[in-house]
Amino acid sequence: MSTETANGAPGAAPAQPLQRLPLHWLGILPFAAFVLLFLILPTMKIVIGAFQTPDGSLTFTNVAGLFTPSILAAYWISIKISFASAILGCLIGFAMAAAVVLGGLPRTIRGPLLTFSGVASNFAGVPLAFAFLATLGPVGLVTVFLRSELGIDLRLLGFNILSFWGLTITYLFFQIPLMILIITPALDGLKREWREAASILGATNAQYWRLVAFPILLPSLLGTLALLFANAFGAVATAIALTGSSLNIVPILLFAQIRGDVLGDPHLGYALAFGMIVVTGIANAIYIWLRARSERWLK
Amino acid sequence: MKRLWAWAALIIGLLYFILPLVGMTNFSLKMRRGEYSFDAYAKVFADSRFHETFSYSVWMALLTIIFGVFLVVPTAYWVRLKLPFLRPYIEFITLLPLVIPAIVIVFGYIRLYNTSSWLPLTGSYVGTDILLVFGYATLSLPYMYRAVDTGLRTIDVTTLTEAAQSLGAGWVTIIGRIILPNVTVAVMSGAFVTFAIVMGEFTMAALLNKPAFGPYMQLLGANRAYEPAALAVIAFGITWACLGLMQLVSKLQKTPQRPV
Repeated sequence: MSTETANGAPGAAPAQPLQRLPLHWLGILPFAAFVLLFLILPTMKIVIGAFQTPDGSLTFTNVAGLFTPSILAAYWISIKISFASAILGCLIGFAMAAAVVLGGLPRTIRGPLLTFSGVASNFAGVPLAFAFLATLGPVGLVTVFLRSELGIDLRLLGFNILSFWGLTITYLFFQIPLMILIITPALDGLKREWREAASILGATNAQYWRLVAFPILLPSLLGTLALLFANAFGAVATAIALTGSSLNIVPILLFAQIRGDVLGDPHLGYALAFGMIVVTGIANAIYIWLRARSERWLK
Repeated sequence: MKRLWAWAALIIGLLYFILPLVGMTNFSLKMRRGEYSFDAYAKVFADSRFHETFSYSVWMALLTIIFGVFLVVPTAYWVRLKLPFLRPYIEFITLLPLVIPAIVIVFGYIRLYNTSSWLPLTGSYVGTDILLVFGYATLSLPYMYRAVDTGLRTIDVTTLTEAAQSLGAGWVTIIGRIILPNVTVAVMSGAFVTFAIVMGEFTMAALLNKPAFGPYMQLLGANRAYEPAALAVIAFGITWACLGLMQLVSKLQKTPQRPV
């Protein structure tokens, strides 16, 4: 206060920027406080806890504790499911988006497909598991139909909804729509001029795709793959509602650990969660990096 | 030929999406042996736990939306007006809840705000409610912030602010009576997504031991056969209604702007 009166009299100009600067920052203080308290600090707590002993000193034994066969197996099957559902989601989503954008289908399909994708990509969690149990479960619609009408017994073929493929197929229900939502704008960005230029220069359709369109789309495709991977890796509710605890994947293991310390070591839980952040963090870093690259062409 | 392939890709894809929806609807109607009936729905609606958890989640969703609006609208406005160079950083932070799995965030809450900490939110019933609302607000932050920020892009924030200030309006008046009415549509589309997220959320509510709709659905799924399918149909209906309303609202916004 005293500085204000002292500086105010001789010249208001130099005093003003000094006074205004902190006030500007006050405006985002509530947001900064909220994000710090309920997003950054809780995450930091996990990261730091992963490198702490119960009495607070630095250790690597928690993280080293992850390298036991059962936990490694959980990570491995999580990564496999996430990767399989991401790859298939990318391929099928791309095929559907390409069919609508480039396949010469009536343009009226496009709006409803994007709307439906918005709904389906949000229809995850517990109800999604129920929907698939009612469809591909032991007495589900498709299972019963195949058995009674076509004589195909899915169980004899080794299919079980509570398995790797069951979970992968279920995850596709939110992976494919996400892919459609992300890749449609990218396909729109393929300029007609590029195709025309290629065909004037004598390129066949296959050459155009291999040498022009595909390289331009590649960063978007790989980026979305990384995003879908992270999306599946963090999914908890669908897996729990679908399989209970019969499938040993990381989110289920962590859920059980938080509920009742099944690993017998609270700090191993921190390490488990830290591992999840590392995996999804890497996947998202790849996504962000590749998206920046793809935006060079697709404006 | 190309069109044939396009139709094939689309139809096979759509089949994949339609079958589970048909499957769950079909299953939810088969509770009575040999004929279709709404017995499973009647059972669900008669369950008092359904009413409790459903209304609890609705309340949580509304509180989350109100809190989210109070948090996001002034911040997004202020950043656009005074701190535009911060926008990329703020946007990055708001996207973090998509990167950090919800289960990790709630794990952090449980450890950070336990009964022996400086802010023992998990120690009391109301405390965990507050914590859950904050958790939901965090989960919906990417959608809410993006919706509001996009809404602010369509109006001239600086001119509106200066006009209001020259007429003597304070900050509360400007945000509450000038900015907010101008981004209502954006706020509503953020609100509908938030509602859909909160109604179906399982992980946070389950780990904070709250009687929300998500954990109730999971519990019923573990113990019953037909009722879960009915719940899935109801949940799909909610998601569809929320996102349908969102689309409708954003269409309403576009129409009055064109003639002007």
